[in-house]
Amino acid sequence: MAKDKLTDYDATASNNTDVGGISVAEGMLPSGVNNAIREQMSHLKDFASGTTGIDVLSLADDDASHSIKLQAPSAVTADTTFTLPDGDGTADQVLKTDGSGQLGFADRHSNPSLIINGAFSIFQRGTGATTVSGNDIFAADRFKGWANGGGTYTVEQSTDVPNNEFEFSAKLTNTATDGSVAAGDFYAYATDIEGYNVSQLAYGHSDAKAVTLSFWVKSSLAGTYCIALYSTTANRSHIKEYTISSANTWEKKTITISSGDTTGSWNRTNGNGLRIYWDLGSGSTYQASADTWLASQDFSTTNQAAWIGSASATFFITGIKLEVGSTATDFQHSSYGDELAKCQRYYQEIGHYRHLAQGARWTTNQVFVTYNLASNMRATPSATATGVPSLSRYDNGQSADATSLVTVGGVEENTTKAANITIIWASGYDPTASLHYVYSNTNGDKVALDAEL
Amino acid sequence: MNEINITSAQYTLDPEGNNFGITAIINGITMGVPLDPANRHYAEILRQVAAGELTIADAD
Repeated sequence: MAKDKLTDYDATASNNTDVGGISVAEGMLPSGVNNAIREQMSHLKDFASGTTGIDVLSLADDDASHSIKLQAPSAVTADTTFTLPDGDGTADQVLKTDGSGQLGFADRHSNPSLIINGAFSIFQRGTGATTVSGNDIFAADRFKGWANGGGTYTVEQSTDVPNNEFEFSAKLTNTATDGSVAAGDFYAYATDIEGYNVSQLAYGHSDAKAVTLSFWVKSSLAGTYCIALYSTTANRSHIKEYTISSANTWEKKTITISSGDTTGSWNRTNGNGLRIYWDLGSGSTYQASADTWLASQDFSTTNQAAWIGSASATFFITGIKLEVGSTATDFQHSSYGDELAKCQRYYQEIGHYRHLAQGARWTTNQVFVTYNLASNMRATPSATATGVPSLSRYDNGQSADATSLVTVGGVEENTTKAANITIIWASGYDPTASLHYVYSNTNGDKVALDAEL
Repeated sequence: MNEINITSAQYTLDPEGNNFGITAIINGITMGVPLDPANRHYAEILRQVAAGELTIADAD
């Protein structure tokens, strides 16, 4: 076969008996030497100009022991030319095409976050300091704290932020130290993610995915800290340590759990799909080894800093993002309205002033009222009256008799679009008329509806 | 570990005399709790009842 281009050449020298049909075999004509060289130069020119190609481009390392190869697909349907950009991009940029073969550097698209209110813009319950003493205490939406062992801390919205990209953070302040933490003492801050929102992780299945958690943190106490992933339904946890290197300095932490959990029954619907703990110095009952999946509720190692034992210690956190995969991408900021609506799936408040609801007499000390919810809730909410809303009867005009609200009673189940609630008060007032209003003249009075995880 | 502190729980009735919900004191706050297993307060009430740590009183 005539050797008409580089890819026709043979790796065995003796098989190369011609160049473009010009014999270079033993006994070749002397005139064939210069003709063969000229023909070979034309082959090189065709290669240089891209007229003819090669199968693979091999870039060997220094000792030629290994190489990196660039190769076209086995079947190319149309000629394609990629033109590289001039110069390098900036850190973390990626190559992209304009669709016509011109390549350029561009910022990566950020992955969506599985966490709601990671920038702590939403504090529906109030932005001031809320004391965490006991279990299951909410301040920022979607985040709750535990302080179970004598120590306490507060949570409040703060404008102390790592950079101008963020407006708020959550500030935790140690308000009562526990310098002698017992085994079962429990100090942590956490967010729960609904099963629907983490089903894509395929936890509990053989193809469970890696996740990456990133966040900004600042503490008055430097040292080793722990986060943990935890499933309340599967009772599975995975602890990771991180280091706060310098006190009172914002630091960004990126933590990848490269192996998803293939075990257990993880909630994939409207239950608790995944909890993320930030430990604050819990007891040994909740300590275990890091970097492995555990069949227990553990969220700390023995290396965890004793934050709860440090008087007046502070812990700021913001920009929390949990994403699928092993790479952290930039934090995505959604609009305030979108973030609020997401939070109201779990918690919303009605009222603050004047008419909170209207309803009908139920029994001698109960009125049945219906609140139309701002958005569908995750589950039928629990209801709490804050302040002292009152009950007023309306016949032909406002009745004189009104009474202070005693409590919110039962909530009818399976009503995630509207909350049907009984309002109960002390005896001595029989609301005989059929139409009643729950009202308040005091700012801050409200009915809170809670469908948190 | 109890993740929620519940100090009392009592059923409330609808006009037909059926249990409608529960009035409970949770973390020191009086709260109306629906009989919805997906509600975390009701789920925790059921868990503590099963563990013998809590009793739901009949309605008045």
